[in-house]
Amino acid sequence: MSGTFAPAPGAAPFWRQVVAQARMEARLMLRNGEQLLLAVVIPVIVLVGGVEGAKHVTLHISHRPIDEFAPGVLALAIMSTAFTSLAIATGFERRYGVIKRLGSSPLPRSGLLLGKVGALLMVELFQVVVVGAIGFALGWEPASGPGTYAGFVLAIVLGTAAFGSLGLLMAGALRAEATLAAANLVYLLLMAAGAVVLPTTSYGAWGEVARWLPSGALGDGMRAAFIDARVDVTSLVVLAVWALLGTLLTARTFRWE
Amino acid sequence: MPASPAAAVEVRDLVMRYGDKTAVDGLDLDVARDTITAVLGPNGAGKTTTLETCEGYRRPQHGSVRVLGLDPMRERSTLLPRIGVMLQSGGAWSGVRAVEMLRHIASLHADPLPIDMLVDRLGLDSCGRTPYRRLSGGQQQRLSLAMAVVGRPEVVFIDEPTAGMDPQARRTTWDLLRELRADGVTVVLTTHYMDEAEQLADHIHIIDRGRRIASGSPVELTRGNSATIRLVVTEPFPADAPASLQKALGGGVEVRPIDARSLLITGTADSTTLAKVSAWCEQQRVLPESLNLGQRNLEDVFLELTGRGLTEATR
Repeated sequence: MSGTFAPAPGAAPFWRQVVAQARMEARLMLRNGEQLLLAVVIPVIVLVGGVEGAKHVTLHISHRPIDEFAPGVLALAIMSTAFTSLAIATGFERRYGVIKRLGSSPLPRSGLLLGKVGALLMVELFQVVVVGAIGFALGWEPASGPGTYAGFVLAIVLGTAAFGSLGLLMAGALRAEATLAAANLVYLLLMAAGAVVLPTTSYGAWGEVARWLPSGALGDGMRAAFIDARVDVTSLVVLAVWALLGTLLTARTFRWE
Repeated sequence: MPASPAAAVEVRDLVMRYGDKTAVDGLDLDVARDTITAVLGPNGAGKTTTLETCEGYRRPQHGSVRVLGLDPMRERSTLLPRIGVMLQSGGAWSGVRAVEMLRHIASLHADPLPIDMLVDRLGLDSCGRTPYRRLSGGQQQRLSLAMAVVGRPEVVFIDEPTAGMDPQARRTTWDLLRELRADGVTVVLTTHYMDEAEQLADHIHIIDRGRRIASGSPVELTRGNSATIRLVVTEPFPADAPASLQKALGGGVEVRPIDARSLLITGTADSTTLAKVSAWCEQQRVLPESLNLGQRNLEDVFLELTGRGLTEATR
């Protein structure tokens, strides 16, 4: 057969599909006003506001405010993207039949998941650049050394895995509107009380609880990397356990439609 | 590569239940290659469930489904690139632009159709940069059709292709589907519009309550003793009207009520029958609003097979 529509079926190479999916999802995340607010605007406000605020109130922190806040806000940014943005986006993808439609395309589910991870990493890279630049402008002096880089990369990877799996768990079980509300609520609660922006040590007794939360663990991991040039094994293990738990539960409960 | 099987789709004794509701009830269905095959039936007949089983979305609870000789669940990754799917609704991000979405689906395929050609053919140029959520229903349908064919599939499954389309867009869609068939693509569509099935399909499967009740080409299905008379009156009939008219007309024809104000007479209906119906109306003092003698159409076939009108069953 010949003609305009003559069949010539075939899937694009797997990695090309994954990259296409990741770029598409990252583009949509950064195009969406609410998502951008979560990804960049709120972290920047917290960073600038925190550093300015620290001039007027006494915080129980042991380093210069900017050196405590910058890694904390990086952790907050990772949390907002990997948890809240991912949960909301995935909730609406289920609602609008996007996941269903992709389910009959050549993109396998593993490719869809990898695409999502890729999109998160792209958005996170953008956040790190913006928050880092503003941090340096405010006088941030991060420690540097092998421990910084290793701790930073491990915190991003394990933090994204932990929050991402929990975000998917929520999006796969609740309706889209419920996900929207709950993901924002959890984000606000963790931002205020989750020891993400400020160290667990500044929370008193509650800090002992918060350090086992993914938010506290991610924040502490980031601070260890950028303040002490140290890989904080305890926080990273806590994140890994959350990631494992989230993945197992998601695999059991997630509904693609 | 093994020789391609003759049938594009083979459904055997398919049973699908949701809770205690049986959506598909022992369905057998074949689709020959290079045809447009319509699955016609009222809403809730099991059309979408059947299609989604062919598309690998649902596992058959009983019976089997083969598409291009492959099992849509077990051989999913081999099958999916070879088929195109148009869902009944949705299937795109709300903020994605129309052409951007089409490009994305194209990028998942090895050798997609040229985007510009498809955009032009389906009249999507004017809304190419419009976010999906702001497209009209008809534009969303056309985009969805473009997404189904962009990967150059061998078989396309189309669920209600023209629901919500204006007549112009409907024509464009029909022309495109005919061209797909001419170029060697097998088209399987569901519809509850009998004119769509009648004008477009080479082969029609009529299904009702999860069962196939008739199959054939439009001509085969509407043949038979052929002519029918449709009587619509201004006031509701008295309760005994069908029996009374049946008596007046004698054997050889069958009178069926369609609704309170209309009747269908099938069988060897001719001009003599028409005259008798007219006389009966006068005698019963009912005023005909319309009295038509015409070819049997698919609506009549459905009514004969199920005792319900297709439109009525769809409501």
